[in-house]
Amino acid sequence: MTEKFLVAIDASPGSERALKAAIAVAKSSGATLVLVHIIEWSPFSFHTPEELAERHKRREDELDRAKEALLGPAEAAASAAGVSCESIIRHGHPAETLAEVATETGAMQIFIGRKGRSKAGLLLFGSVASSLIQISAVPVTVVP
Amino acid sequence: MMMWGKIMKIHKLSLARVALAVIMAAIMLSPEQASASIDETINAATAPIASAIGAFVFFKIPVFGAQLPLVVLWLVVGAVFFTFRMGFINIRGFKHAIELVRGDYANPKDSGEVSHFQALATAVSGTVGIGNIGGVAVAVTVGGPGATFWLIMAGFLGMSTKFVECTLGVKYRNENADGSVSGGPMYYLRKGFAERGMDGFGKFLGAFYAIGIFIGAMGIGNMFQSNQAYVQLNNVAGGALDGLGWLVGLIMAGIVYLVIVGGIKSIARVTEKIVPFMAIFYCFFALIVIAMNGSAIPEAIGNIFSGAMTGEGVAGGALGALIIGFQRAVFSNEAGIGSASIAHSAVRTNEPVTEGIVSLLEPFIDTIVICTITALVIGTTAVAHPGYAGDATGIAMTSAAFKTQFSWFPIPLAFAGMLFAFSTMISWSYYGLKGWTYLFGEDAKLQIVYKLLFCAFVALGCMVQLGPILDISDALVFLICVPNILGLYILSPIVKRELDSYLARVKSGEIRKFKN
Repeated sequence: MTEKFLVAIDASPGSERALKAAIAVAKSSGATLVLVHIIEWSPFSFHTPEELAERHKRREDELDRAKEALLGPAEAAASAAGVSCESIIRHGHPAETLAEVATETGAMQIFIGRKGRSKAGLLLFGSVASSLIQISAVPVTVVP
Repeated sequence: MMMWGKIMKIHKLSLARVALAVIMAAIMLSPEQASASIDETINAATAPIASAIGAFVFFKIPVFGAQLPLVVLWLVVGAVFFTFRMGFINIRGFKHAIELVRGDYANPKDSGEVSHFQALATAVSGTVGIGNIGGVAVAVTVGGPGATFWLIMAGFLGMSTKFVECTLGVKYRNENADGSVSGGPMYYLRKGFAERGMDGFGKFLGAFYAIGIFIGAMGIGNMFQSNQAYVQLNNVAGGALDGLGWLVGLIMAGIVYLVIVGGIKSIARVTEKIVPFMAIFYCFFALIVIAMNGSAIPEAIGNIFSGAMTGEGVAGGALGALIIGFQRAVFSNEAGIGSASIAHSAVRTNEPVTEGIVSLLEPFIDTIVICTITALVIGTTAVAHPGYAGDATGIAMTSAAFKTQFSWFPIPLAFAGMLFAFSTMISWSYYGLKGWTYLFGEDAKLQIVYKLLFCAFVALGCMVQLGPILDISDALVFLICVPNILGLYILSPIVKRELDSYLARVKSGEIRKFKN
């Protein structure tokens, strides 16, 4: 069985660097990539009845947009380098869901970019990468 | 400030329209002011209509000296029937309901779809309204402390009715071409009856219900709420708003207008987020008040039980207390009215039964928890501080009970009450709209007509007295129960079959948890 690396994809430059690093490692080790984008969402949030009725449609739109703008280009970059990949889009808490998908897909390692926020910003908002390090069951590579 | 700036900018046109409407209304109503205030005039005009509708719907039969309205009998018999028919699902399904809401059975592949929690939360904020604060006070005033016992009983039985209607709501919902969903009694009445070979009758009942929910949206979900919100505000303002109901009404109507016509979702979203916290805040302080009246608790609880059995001092005795308790419970938790199944039907699930089971929690939270807490605040205060409320009724009475312990409480309570009223109005504007679009189609212009009408009734609600409003609302609400419960009886074998199959699959492990 070939090794799988999970790459966290979003619209940030950090994510691009993580993808680049993952492609490089995968190429040399013959691994495949699982490209994952998480749309932030909580099943415990409050909505109006109208929003609920339209939720399914909204979700489809969100998935289409993520596929087109983020995962499509990432897949293209991977295949251009000769690395095979699959992609997954999920709604949920970013770090928790990334860790879940890693377990589900049997990924050996997670590649994630660092946002490069200031120290104050990190203190206030935390970061997906740092919470992922706390909860992940597999090694996490944080790409600066 | 920024938000308002934005609102002003986007909705300059809408605001201009509101302003125009205010001026028009003022011109229309001003000649009357010479002889009587606007409020009095409108009140005088609506009172006879209210009593006429009330007399028609509340056709009463004398039983053992009490006057038993037929609709109440209809609801009680229905709730008892569904409780037995579904094998006490209100008890059996309780633990499973909590597991479902927690998301234990949620498939991660469906992440981002409407969760059980979201559907429940939306339905609950539609039901938790002024009825939980003011309606209970009305029940205790008219039906004595014993009404509380029957209120809780009605909540317990209502859980089964809710289960049936919400299961059907999901099972027979429409998935529209644009991906949105429409569900509710009008759909299960039409489609469910068609399946059983009763096309014509189903269509008739579906339309009957749609008309009922549309009119009901103007009463229970609108006038009653805005009226009690105004009473609260006036109470806090020390009566400074006496006779200014029309002004408060127009302001409230303006805000509702901004949300439902202007499409300013942010207002609704903020309310939806605050309401659950307000409910917790309310329950928290209510429990403190009950604890502070500690020594009065045994007597208050004793009064509830003895009142339920003897009905001392209540017109019609124990049966009178029972009738009042059931009436106010249904008015609060809406079991049998079918409205909540419209909100519940948006959930993403392959098993309609799961949403039915989740919906059990709605009458539980609304009636068994929140209404009971209110009743205990009033009951213990009545024992500890007799005569605390003076001649206050409705929400003012609850407010007075809190005031005996916390002199500042009427202000946050008024705020909570206004928010409850507002979120209930927003939810019901949607329920009514679904009835309207079922009848008249999705035409956008016609929807505006409905929404403007809804806003007008918000304003009207502040101008009339509580008595006539309660009569109209009660009457209309119970009118909707007739087609709905009839449908629930006829479709109950389908629900029973689905329930048995679902529970068997949970037991066999075919349906399993994704978490834990």
